[in-house]
Amino acid sequence: MKRRLYRTWLHYAGLTLVGLVMVYPLIWLFFASFKSNQEIFGSTKLLPTEYIWNSYKLGWRGNGSSDFRVFFINTFQMTVPTVVFTILSSTLVGYGFARFRFPWKKPMFLIMISSMMLPNAVIIIPRYLLFKNFGWLNSYYPFIIPAAFATSAFFIFMMVQFFRGLPKELDESAIMDGCNSFTTLTRVLLPLTTPALFSVGIFQFIWTWNDFYNSLIYISSVSKFTVALGLRMSLDTSSSVPWNQIMAMSIVSIIPCIVIFFLAQKYFVEGIATTGIKG
Amino acid sequence: MAEAAPQTAKLRAEGLNKRRKAQLTGLWYVGPWIIGFLVFQFYPFLASFYYSFTDYDLFGQANLVGFKNYIHAFAEDRDFYQSLKVTFVYALIAIPARLVFALAIALMLSVRLKGVNFFRTIYYLPSILGGSVAVSVLWRFLFMKEGVVNGALSQLHIPAVDWLGSPEVSIYTLGLLAVWQFGSSMVLFLAGIKQIPQELYEAGRVDGASRFRMFFAITIPLLTPMILFNLIMQTVNAFQEFTGAFVITNGGPLKSTYLYAMKLYEEGFLYFKMGYASALSWILFIIILILTAAIFKSSNSWVHYEDGGKSI
Repeated sequence: MKRRLYRTWLHYAGLTLVGLVMVYPLIWLFFASFKSNQEIFGSTKLLPTEYIWNSYKLGWRGNGSSDFRVFFINTFQMTVPTVVFTILSSTLVGYGFARFRFPWKKPMFLIMISSMMLPNAVIIIPRYLLFKNFGWLNSYYPFIIPAAFATSAFFIFMMVQFFRGLPKELDESAIMDGCNSFTTLTRVLLPLTTPALFSVGIFQFIWTWNDFYNSLIYISSVSKFTVALGLRMSLDTSSSVPWNQIMAMSIVSIIPCIVIFFLAQKYFVEGIATTGIKG
Repeated sequence: MAEAAPQTAKLRAEGLNKRRKAQLTGLWYVGPWIIGFLVFQFYPFLASFYYSFTDYDLFGQANLVGFKNYIHAFAEDRDFYQSLKVTFVYALIAIPARLVFALAIALMLSVRLKGVNFFRTIYYLPSILGGSVAVSVLWRFLFMKEGVVNGALSQLHIPAVDWLGSPEVSIYTLGLLAVWQFGSSMVLFLAGIKQIPQELYEAGRVDGASRFRMFFAITIPLLTPMILFNLIMQTVNAFQEFTGAFVITNGGPLKSTYLYAMKLYEEGFLYFKMGYASALSWILFIIILILTAAIFKSSNSWVHYEDGGKSI
């Protein structure tokens, strides 16, 4: 009994130690946003000796070309439609794959699954040229329109898995009650798949919000910059700028993701566990 | 008899109609994906193959040049080899380290203790930040010469390391970032561990097997499908890693973190050599294809399927 207790405590100690190492960088970032340049570069202490309170206000306002208020609005304008369309399209397509029989369904499903492994790097150049021809460069359409056409197989697969988990008798009795296939989906199945919808939405929100590579390629004018691009710009241009402002904006840029994660972490972890792709 | 025949034929025709209608319904729902796949994935996939044999540069015409781009990469472009080397080193560091770490943590979290969920949340936190620029900013400062990491090392009387300034070390520093974000692999392993039937451990205990022995005889073999899955996805991702190298080190010092994705980005979107960049992207694709195929092939000898492999 005593040995067991000892072991439990050892376990907690281990968990805590690793946990501290994991979150320490984020805590450090938070406190660094209140430090002076001198202290950021000169001291490795966690807490600032002297707090600078205006870093958030000044960083938010930016200097001349950069304005984080605009970057934030931009990022929402890009992320929210992308998330909404992803949820809609992957629900419909997932429903189609999970509940209907149609010609070439099997090969199509296989192609869909294997498209998850198609490296983005391989298709990025023709995609860029395609969007250029459509006149979509320097807009958020390269994110929103593909989302509306369910190009993220990961989310389709996620929805398929969830739909498969629901008993087919539900559909059958809905049809008996006079539902057609669409109202079966909206009235009977969708209320039961809210956890899945949450998972899809949260994942897509965080990925789109944090996206850097695609934004870097598709968006060129500063007035359209997302938070990620804005941050990277201020990194580049500001060798003399107070770093605490950049730290402060880094913190602000991750807050939406962290808030969403804590509000909906149950769906999050379940989401990966049931389908689990992507790293 | 003579009357019944047309009746059944009619019925059959109706049934067929109904079935055809049902088939069409399914296609309606899957339709958006079909269009999206063809336009945004399949066409670009074929097009990049075509472009890889041209000299297209965004401004002029695309002229077919045969294998010139591929020959240029292999025979003349030294940066190409450098980026290949760096990317392989990165993958070799980041993938195993991340998987081992994720597995170890998942084992620690699989024990039924109060508050384990809290730790799971904490461990997952860095992973949601993914490739965000904020994390790259953070990494720059943590690992600078007088940064927090070296400060902590000096407390342990370990000499300071030039994490980002030394060409020998910089790629490891980027690898550490990948390890820090081990969350999704961890969650997958956790799910896998939970599925292992407890009876197996009980049987092991009855037979007097040690914890250590049970770990290697039960836990690891039953997790091999999960390990395979993780290995494949991490490989596909590691070979495309970009943000860290671009924002933290910008490929330097001395191109020591010049990952393949950076090379691709520079050729395509800085110099607009679309033809050459397409060739580079196809070389990357072939490499990933060969590696994943090799992993799949090797998995026959090390992955254990409970149902004898029927589910795959």
